[in-house]
Amino acid sequence: MSVIYILLSISIIVAVVFFIAFIMAVRSGQYDDSYTPSVRMLFDDELVKEDSKTKTDNSKD
Amino acid sequence: MEQNHCFHCGDDCNSSVIRYDDKAFCCNGCKTVYEIFSENDLTCYYDLQASPGAVPKEIEGKYDFLSQANIIEKLTEFNDGKTQVANLYIPHIHCSSCIWILENLNKLNPNITTSQVNFGKKSVRVTYNAEKGSLKETVLLLSSIGYEPYISLDDFKTGQQKVNRSLIYKVGIAGFAFGNVMFLSFPEYFEVGEFWLEQYKVFFRWLMFAFSLPVVFYAGADYFTSAYKGLRANLLNIDVPIALGIAVLFLRSTVEIIFDLGSGFFDSLTGLVFFLLLGRFFQQKTYNFLSFERDYKSYFPIAVTIISSEGIETPIQVYDIKKGDRLLIRNEELIPVDGILINGRAKIDYSFVTGESETLSKVSGDKLFAGGKQTSGVLEMEAIKSVEQSYLTQLWSNDVFSKNKEDGFTTLTNKISKRFTFAVLSIAVIATTYWLFVDASKAMNVFTAVLIIACPCAIALAAPFTFGNLLRIFGKLKFYVKNASVIEQLAAIDTIIFDKTGTITSNKHSSATYDGVTLNASEEILLKNTLRGSNHPLSRTLYDILDENNIITLNHFEEHLGKGIEATHNLDRIKIGSASFVGAANSSILNTQVHISTNDSYKGKYTFYNSYRKGLAKLFNQLKKQYDLVILSGDNEGELENLKKLLPSKTKLIFNQKPDDKLEYIKFHQTEGAKVLMVGDGLNDAGALAQSDVGIALSENVNVFSPACDAILDASKFNQLHQFIKASKSAIRIVKWSFILSLFYNSIGLYFAVTGQLAPVIAAILMPLSSISIVVFTTIATNNIGALRTPKKNAAKFQHQKRPNALRQAKV
Repeated sequence: MSVIYILLSISIIVAVVFFIAFIMAVRSGQYDDSYTPSVRMLFDDELVKEDSKTKTDNSKD
Repeated sequence: MEQNHCFHCGDDCNSSVIRYDDKAFCCNGCKTVYEIFSENDLTCYYDLQASPGAVPKEIEGKYDFLSQANIIEKLTEFNDGKTQVANLYIPHIHCSSCIWILENLNKLNPNITTSQVNFGKKSVRVTYNAEKGSLKETVLLLSSIGYEPYISLDDFKTGQQKVNRSLIYKVGIAGFAFGNVMFLSFPEYFEVGEFWLEQYKVFFRWLMFAFSLPVVFYAGADYFTSAYKGLRANLLNIDVPIALGIAVLFLRSTVEIIFDLGSGFFDSLTGLVFFLLLGRFFQQKTYNFLSFERDYKSYFPIAVTIISSEGIETPIQVYDIKKGDRLLIRNEELIPVDGILINGRAKIDYSFVTGESETLSKVSGDKLFAGGKQTSGVLEMEAIKSVEQSYLTQLWSNDVFSKNKEDGFTTLTNKISKRFTFAVLSIAVIATTYWLFVDASKAMNVFTAVLIIACPCAIALAAPFTFGNLLRIFGKLKFYVKNASVIEQLAAIDTIIFDKTGTITSNKHSSATYDGVTLNASEEILLKNTLRGSNHPLSRTLYDILDENNIITLNHFEEHLGKGIEATHNLDRIKIGSASFVGAANSSILNTQVHISTNDSYKGKYTFYNSYRKGLAKLFNQLKKQYDLVILSGDNEGELENLKKLLPSKTKLIFNQKPDDKLEYIKFHQTEGAKVLMVGDGLNDAGALAQSDVGIALSENVNVFSPACDAILDASKFNQLHQFIKASKSAIRIVKWSFILSLFYNSIGLYFAVTGQLAPVIAAILMPLSSISIVVFTTIATNNIGALRTPKKNAAKFQHQKRPNALRQAKV
């Protein structure tokens, strides 16, 4: 058994793992809405900020 | 900074500013929303975006039907008694603040567990505790903060919608296989006959074979079925040579590795399918928040209130309304069936139906048609038909609505593909015959090589990328096109038909001319002040047109429903209203008129004219050189003279057209060979839009109302219609140039194929190269026409959004 078979099987297994991850991502609906998460991602910071600081945040309007 | 603008919704506060917490609000509704948010520590809403809100509407009693079990069952996606999940469409969603507040609903109501926004679809999925909370409570909460969900009869039918993700899977599989096969075939590109390779090549080749199996039989399966369908219909569509290419590639490669003749073309095969699918993926630009398939169901409410003979009010499902039922229609509710008004002040807005936004006053005993919206208080009516039999809904039984427009249309690609397929097959046969005499062992090799290299990958990609990119550009310019074939059809039209009301006229402002004895200063003051007290739409319009005057107190004011108004100030009396009420000779009944008399002497009349959209005359003058122009109006001929002055003389003007007449008119011209573009707006144009080759619905508010059509055009972009048509024509030219470019690549490939020198490495270079250069060429070229067709000054002038911000426009 040559090392090439081992290397090839490893590379294919890795590729297939990523492929399965892709299929699962599509199936769970991650590709249905490609915009909202990009905005939502930015909110978490704001939430933390709001919790910690006292109300002085309306000055900029 | 924003002294005169509402802190919540950004509207102009006019004179009545409400001050609260050092901020200005335009109305109590906005203030209340602010109070709710500040009490719950949610003022972050205003930090993300300046004045993002909407004014909450009066909704009292409107959602009572949401407490009915069978309606809840239909509207929720998940319901186990304890937890319910509902997906609600909210047209107001437009910026990051909206996402933020809607995803923090649980802070406003503890019964709501989670809420998740889908910005593209403008929807929010709310999960709530059904034992403590309810769907009604959730909807009322959303409405109270200015995010009123839009619930229509359409939601009642569809349960959970299945999302079709097969194209993403297919692209994924083809891409995965393409990458791996490229890896495996790389060693054999350059080193043939080396000891190391000789030892492992069988293993490498069979691995490639394994990778290509799902590509051919799953990812590429659509091409085979489409080619088969095309052949059955005696049509050589573009998928025929593609399917032939895929099949030959696969079979020849398999034969080669079985008999150890070579390494096969699995790299080209998987690459080909991958690129083709990418083209499809790119072309499939969908506007999630728009629907091009709307019928009356999207407009109609799910339930209305029915009054039993004992006077008890219960909500009832719209389909269950029977003839003779007494219905209660509240303010802002839609009339679901034809009926007779029993009591109440009816002011019906038929703008969904006709595009005309002026409300009509009705008195008890008058007939009310389905589709009208009550705009003033509560009314009671008796149903005289069921929903399906109503005047408006019957239009949908016409069979144009079940026809698929794309079926009868041969695309440019398919036209080329016919000649192309014949040419390729004859070259293949000639070359094979030649080699049969010269070197018979190579004949089969040459035959398959020709079919492989001639596989029209680049041709098949030209149209999807050109039109797909143009769809995106149009979308940014607020012209939302259903699919790529609409652009092709738009380039081919020769007749343009416009609806009048709401399409070439603008909903907002009418103009009026005065005709009669000039009013003196005191009469003008009296007139203006009398109109001030009236809520009749004509009074409001006239009031806005007249000059500012001093405010005086009237001694007496009386409004006679359906007739006019009467008022006195000191010794002067004024009567404003219909000819008979004022005491004038009835001169013209075609135009809307308001007559005036003071102290019993007739003074004159205001005649109202439609006000036409900006740039209408210019647009028609641009279009008249190349197109036949027609105006089909459902109205009377009152505007005939006005239109004649405004529009080029060869424009045909046809009045008094019923919805069916419009449809028949278009059908008649189509049988004479005309390619018709219909531009309309109301539901009464729905038949005409469906019958025409291209139906464009003009819409003041793209989010909510537009009938089934091929494209939706934002009303502010109406004057750019000609530019859009010209851009479509340029797109066709780009596709033709791409065909020439790809034929050039094909002839290089054919040289190798015919001479019997086609090595896998050449195919592997040539195929992606031609595809990529086509993609680059079409993308650059369409971006160019996109840039040319957006005159910068116009673009800025017609953007009518209230506040500048990047996000609300960003991705749609």
